[in-house]
Amino acid sequence: MIIKRMFGYPNYGWRSAFDNLEQMRREMDRQFGQSAGQAYWPTHAGVFPLVNVTEDQDNFYIRSEIPGMESEEINISATGRNLTISGERKIASEGENVRYHRRERDEGKFSRAIALPSDIQVGQIEADYIDGILSIKIPKAEAAKPKQIAVR
Amino acid sequence: MAETKELQAKDKVEVSTPAEQTKPGPVFTPNVDIFETDKEIIMLAEIPGVKAADLSIDLRDDILTLTGEVKPLNRPEEQDILIEYQFGRYYRQFTLAEVIDQSKIDAELNNGILRLTLPKAEKAMPRQIAVKAG
Repeated sequence: MIIKRMFGYPNYGWRSAFDNLEQMRREMDRQFGQSAGQAYWPTHAGVFPLVNVTEDQDNFYIRSEIPGMESEEINISATGRNLTISGERKIASEGENVRYHRRERDEGKFSRAIALPSDIQVGQIEADYIDGILSIKIPKAEAAKPKQIAVR
Repeated sequence: MAETKELQAKDKVEVSTPAEQTKPGPVFTPNVDIFETDKEIIMLAEIPGVKAADLSIDLRDDILTLTGEVKPLNRPEEQDILIEYQFGRYYRQFTLAEVIDQSKIDAELNNGILRLTLPKAEKAMPRQIAVKAG
């Protein structure tokens, strides 16, 4: 808790001690203006697109920033407890007579597989794509949901 | 056409802003494409998660400033399992070498991409001046 107070960082739902550590590492990197941690502690799997996975009691949520696509161009498939996001981002040609100053955006194919921690209801996955962010809601299988057990 | 390459995962680039931030949280530099034609300069910026209302484009003294606010999608009751990217504001400044016709700037936001069209001012164009007889 001291970490949170120290940096005055809004609490976006970090729970475990490990998350606090990770958060502190990012915060340190920011303070020192470099990504010193990356060399020995990668923050992501190195596969496009980068994803954030969260859960509540009933669902998993996967969110990913993939700007510049149309919703029909993103394919999502699921089996067992695995989910795959794939597609191809294209950058439309701007014609012959343009002179580029900067080109930082990339185009190309991508395919990302994500293994979820428990079984999912493959048939009831919902996905939407708003403002360049893909959000997928994945209901957990009944057996994977936490049960309240009454103590007599 | 050559075989399509695969997209590489890239960390978002955090920006060190000239002034200290009043709000907590990271600030990122959006990736941009900038190109020009004879008549205009066009900028495409990747700002996923920014709504049109939360985007500000400011041009003054030849300095163009893009600022985009992002609201978290996570609900407070969600617990993190895997966090590969962070969300935060977007901020980037450019110095424009050309004179821009400010009244005709056009901005369009679609699927997380901002397309900003900056028409060049017509002051360089030769003009015929009619002399009236007194």
